[in-house]
Amino acid sequence: MLGKGGVGGGGGTKAPKPSFVSYVRPEEIHTNEKEVTEKEEVTLHLLPGEQLLCEASTVLKYVQEDSCQLGICGRLVCTDFRISFLGDEGSAVDNGAETHFKNKIIGVNDIPLHCVDQIYGVFDEKKKPLFGQLKKYPEKLVIHCKDLRVLHFCLRYTKEEEVKRIVSGIIHHTQSPKLLKRLFLFSYAAAVHGTAADPRNCTVMFDTPKDWCWELERTKGSVKYKTVSVNEGYRVCDRLPAYFVVPTPLLEDDVKRFQGRGIPIWCWSCHNGSALLKMSALPKEQDDSALQIQKSFLDGIYKTIHRPPYEMVKTEDLSSNFLSLQEIQSSYCKFKQLFLIDSSSEFWDTDVKWFSLLESSGWLDIIRRCLKRAIEIIECLEAQNMNVLLLEENASDLCCLLSSLVQVMMDAHCRTWTGFQSLIQKEWVMGGHSFLDRCNHLHQSDKEEVPVFLLFLDCVWQLVHQHPPAFEFTETYLTVLSDSLYIPIFSTFFFNSPHQKDTNMGRESLDAQSKPLTLLTVWDWSVQFEPKAQTLLRNPLYVEKPKLDKGQRKGSRFKHQRQLSLPLTQSKSSPKRGFFREETDHLIKNLLGKRISKLINSSDDLQDNSREFYDNWHSKPTDYHGLLLPHIEGPEIKVWAQRYLRWIPEAQILGGGRVATMGKLLEMMEEVQSLQEKIEARHHRQEAIHVQAPGLLRNSARLSSLFPFAMHQRHSAKPVLPTSGWKALGGEDDLAKREDEFVDLGDV
Amino acid sequence: MASSSASDCDAHPVERESMRKVSQDGVRQDMSKSGPRLPGESAITDKEVIYICPFSGPVKGRLYITNYRLYLRSLETDLAPILDVPLGVISRIEKMGGVTSRGENSYGLDITCKDLRNLRFALKQEGHSRRDIFDVLTRHAFPLAYNLPLFAFVNEEKFKVDGWAIYNPVEEYRRQGLPDRHWRISFVNQRYELCDTYPALLVVPYRASDDDLRRVATFRSRNRIPVLSWIHPENRAAIMRCSQPLVGVGGKRSRDDERYLDIIRETNKQTSKLTIYDARPGVNAVANKATGGGYEGEDAYPHAELSFLDIHNIHVMRESLRRVRDIVYPHVEEAHWLSSLESTHWLEHIKLLLTGAIRVADKVASGLSSVLVHCSDGWDRTAQLTTLAMLMLDGFYRSIEGFEILVQKEWISFGHKFSSRIGHGDKNHADADRSPIFLQFIDCVWQMTKQFPTAFEFNECFLVAILDHLYSCRFGTFLLNCEAARERQRLAERTVSVWSLINSNKDEFTNPFYARESNRVIYPVTSVRHLELWVNYYIRWNPRIRQQPHPMEQRYNELLALRDDYIKKLEELQLATPTKLTDSSTPPSGSAQIAPRMQTHF
Repeated sequence: MLGKGGVGGGGGTKAPKPSFVSYVRPEEIHTNEKEVTEKEEVTLHLLPGEQLLCEASTVLKYVQEDSCQLGICGRLVCTDFRISFLGDEGSAVDNGAETHFKNKIIGVNDIPLHCVDQIYGVFDEKKKPLFGQLKKYPEKLVIHCKDLRVLHFCLRYTKEEEVKRIVSGIIHHTQSPKLLKRLFLFSYAAAVHGTAADPRNCTVMFDTPKDWCWELERTKGSVKYKTVSVNEGYRVCDRLPAYFVVPTPLLEDDVKRFQGRGIPIWCWSCHNGSALLKMSALPKEQDDSALQIQKSFLDGIYKTIHRPPYEMVKTEDLSSNFLSLQEIQSSYCKFKQLFLIDSSSEFWDTDVKWFSLLESSGWLDIIRRCLKRAIEIIECLEAQNMNVLLLEENASDLCCLLSSLVQVMMDAHCRTWTGFQSLIQKEWVMGGHSFLDRCNHLHQSDKEEVPVFLLFLDCVWQLVHQHPPAFEFTETYLTVLSDSLYIPIFSTFFFNSPHQKDTNMGRESLDAQSKPLTLLTVWDWSVQFEPKAQTLLRNPLYVEKPKLDKGQRKGSRFKHQRQLSLPLTQSKSSPKRGFFREETDHLIKNLLGKRISKLINSSDDLQDNSREFYDNWHSKPTDYHGLLLPHIEGPEIKVWAQRYLRWIPEAQILGGGRVATMGKLLEMMEEVQSLQEKIEARHHRQEAIHVQAPGLLRNSARLSSLFPFAMHQRHSAKPVLPTSGWKALGGEDDLAKREDEFVDLGDV
Repeated sequence: MASSSASDCDAHPVERESMRKVSQDGVRQDMSKSGPRLPGESAITDKEVIYICPFSGPVKGRLYITNYRLYLRSLETDLAPILDVPLGVISRIEKMGGVTSRGENSYGLDITCKDLRNLRFALKQEGHSRRDIFDVLTRHAFPLAYNLPLFAFVNEEKFKVDGWAIYNPVEEYRRQGLPDRHWRISFVNQRYELCDTYPALLVVPYRASDDDLRRVATFRSRNRIPVLSWIHPENRAAIMRCSQPLVGVGGKRSRDDERYLDIIRETNKQTSKLTIYDARPGVNAVANKATGGGYEGEDAYPHAELSFLDIHNIHVMRESLRRVRDIVYPHVEEAHWLSSLESTHWLEHIKLLLTGAIRVADKVASGLSSVLVHCSDGWDRTAQLTTLAMLMLDGFYRSIEGFEILVQKEWISFGHKFSSRIGHGDKNHADADRSPIFLQFIDCVWQMTKQFPTAFEFNECFLVAILDHLYSCRFGTFLLNCEAARERQRLAERTVSVWSLINSNKDEFTNPFYARESNRVIYPVTSVRHLELWVNYYIRWNPRIRQQPHPMEQRYNELLALRDDYIKKLEELQLATPTKLTDSSTPPSGSAQIAPRMQTHF
């Protein structure tokens, strides 16, 4: 981390003043702007509220084509939103497919500042990471992005002072700590003012009691759980949303007692009545009497939720016995390096040890562990009919991950477009996942940067990949969603909690004595993509659940009745309940004595249970509208190739990949559609619903496997061949030296 | 959706027995208790045994042995697993446990199969039951050692098409526009006198006489002279195949061979060099000089450009596959799956093979140069490379019949030693001649079908079926080592071709996404990032790793059916008057409703 600027930790501070010393003075910005307007070769289209900070001309951007590098000449600019390259000859690398799937906010040559991962300079052929104030300026700039792009810029032909300005500008604006208020989010919101959210956007935001009631209703949880508004105006605590759901008998006072800690908060109810709950840990106390108070408090809580009608509770402590955030962080750091590839030779050099590199990053294993844990939880809920209580320090990291994974697997509604978005809204955004810190958007602490949400998306991708017809969205949707984490015009991923968002919005509006700012949500996909491009986010394989009985429709919103298909293994019946109650007392003692860690049930027999459950499920045909479990064996957990390999030209299958079949499928859908319309026309029936069949995939045989991303589309059909050869065969030299056959020399 | 793949099997339960895993749905209940029978198949014996299933534990059952297969029916429940294994896949039968064996199920037989599984049966110690089964199995699994015929010679199956007719070399060469100005069809090997492992018909340069060919043959290992495999339809650059030159330690030269290669080079005026790809690693090629072999040195062949493709020999490949087996059967290596996979080197070999084939194909297609491919004897790596390159260059070979022709031509007629490599009916499981060369080729093809899902007319079942019958000995296709031997044994008259089976059931083996594009060249990505272990083949016995259901294919087939349905309906509507239609026949009105209707039939 840079030693710059003593920026306060909390988000809600008033001071809008920048705490950093800009390398670029306002006057300079001004001059630059003038220059731009004078030159006007390729115009920089600034977003509302976007400001140009610095620029450099005669920069070469390297594009790799057929193992040779081409340089495209142009300007490199840095604004308060992005780094952008403006090629002189227009965007030479553009091609047809790409322009169709254009992101309206981020062009192919744009890098949002938040998306920059690491900046390197090349000095005399040596690559060094760049930090802080530089003494010497590099001849080449290499930018590694969080969406795994690697961009190379040559500065050799750029004027020295321009090099200084642009390099230090970029370093400063992408690395130095920022105040929340200085986020581009606010300048953008102020400039666009009052753009209402897309009215067709049906994502449930969970910012009103109504939303929670609806969710309770939908999952039939309303019998045992209620929505509380005790935290309205964040009176009780900043971590929790204004409205949430707790067991019905729970008292408001209990919620207030430890600022919302130590109380079970409802996440989701299973069709059999058991529920998934979460709880944040009580403050750490050394003092005996304080401990005693905590004990009796927890005792009371447990009594409430252990009494019928509540099911037995199984506690899953996520702070111990499971992944740590540090593990996730260090694993992802190793993992992403495998894709941030600077050159073709690096690609082929790493190819020979690819699997061991992949394994040593541990990322796939982390995914497997998450999926496995989710299956264990599901087994409890589904087969054992138990409530599961997830415990975590703040209940806002692994809690979000597991509870949403469980819901994606168990609740087909969460696999629909709006269902999935509502789930993220409920568990992550309202659940208080600290997006700001976890993405390190403000560059305040590298230690806090942990890709928990990305891990979730990767886990969901494994499910999407294994069961494609079960999801209304595609892997492309997940990929662009992961990219959206770094686009600071959406509020969704730029706050640590709903409280932080609300307070910042509120005060702003008072100060400016104007309408309150409306921030965009990422769920309004029309901001980023044209309708045509959006069709790539919807899965043509997905089929809505057939409505069994049309007469029995309830509310218009209550569409997604779930029907779980799983044949239950005999659920453990209640005689054990009494025993469990005693057990609970014991557990609470443990909880307070040794802190939470000992709460876990002996995990071995559970594993057997869930193993059986897992095998049993997989031995039956899949109901895409029912419970959905992933395969977790070694060969089944894969690299999310679309996200991770999409910018690497060597990994591009020209004219191949899944897009080819997808194109055929869409073509056939269109044909069926038109036949259907013809038949309907004959019947004089109502107008046929039109399926949007994207014209983007036409002639898909010529698209590459990296579609729709491929930044450096290869144009020629030349094959890419490995540049580095065979790794030594360990211990097989004997065999390698042998003759295939005994050669008979007799008649030679 | 296991049901769909199972339903495929229902249609041809007999043919597909080994393609599916242990079946749990009891589809064969209607059949006789002792299992299915092929015409010509006869029961030999049956015994009560305990099958020690590595996945679901011991199962009591009755084992039926015929002259074609072993078949296990459970005694306990209808849901119990069934084994249906052609005896041809058996590579080794071992007795486990002895008189003193104590532990439960420790006395019995352990059967190692060529298709990467092991079968263990526990038997009662008393009454010689093990000896009996062991003897029967050994006799019928390894008939050659007992002077018994392979099942293919006893098989009396009849199919509506004759697979033997699929390949006619003259027609195939004519398809390529041969003979032409530069190339002729030579009958010099009609009686297999020039080279006993080559086909009767050879395509050679017009300017080389049959006498020239005979002289060249003395300088090529096993007389396998350079002959044409494929010619580019436009630029007329050719892919040639042969064996290594017999250079030896002394660095022998052959004027005839040198002149012959020059003649080949001159058939293509676009480049001044003939490209030679020696499939072996350079060191091995050098080492081969010690045993009389070698490679085309620069001095002797100044107009040739030689490169080595670093592909290892049959022993390395056999060892590599053994390691794959170790990590997938019976249990899939969990904790270190990726590094274990890497340590098998299997995918790395695949990568090298594909890379080599791309180099060959690219040299011909864009380098405009004729290419000569060889390894040591020109029947293993050479066949792999030429066929893969031909698959990349010529869309015809990517159709079902084209692929059959390709296999028939480059592998079977050009003398890939199937019999030795697979060990059909042979007892000697440790024979160093055995090697999964053909399997490796099919794996490469599978990798290509994965990367280009619309480019091949056949599907995964097709490839798996080929591999299953590579071992099953039910068909004559993969028997014996060369064309000469097949003629001597009158194979085409006495056995059925596997293509008869496949071409009679084409629907089952057709990829619905196939788009015919004959002139399209496809180059797969050879980075291991895009290569996968072929789970549906290598790990298919493991019920935990389920066969991937191909939902895309399913959905497409649904749509196809729906389309046909609509077309029919439209036709009906055009005939009938609109008033006659009742509500029940109204089609669904939105895309959302399409699927529920569709889904009813699986």
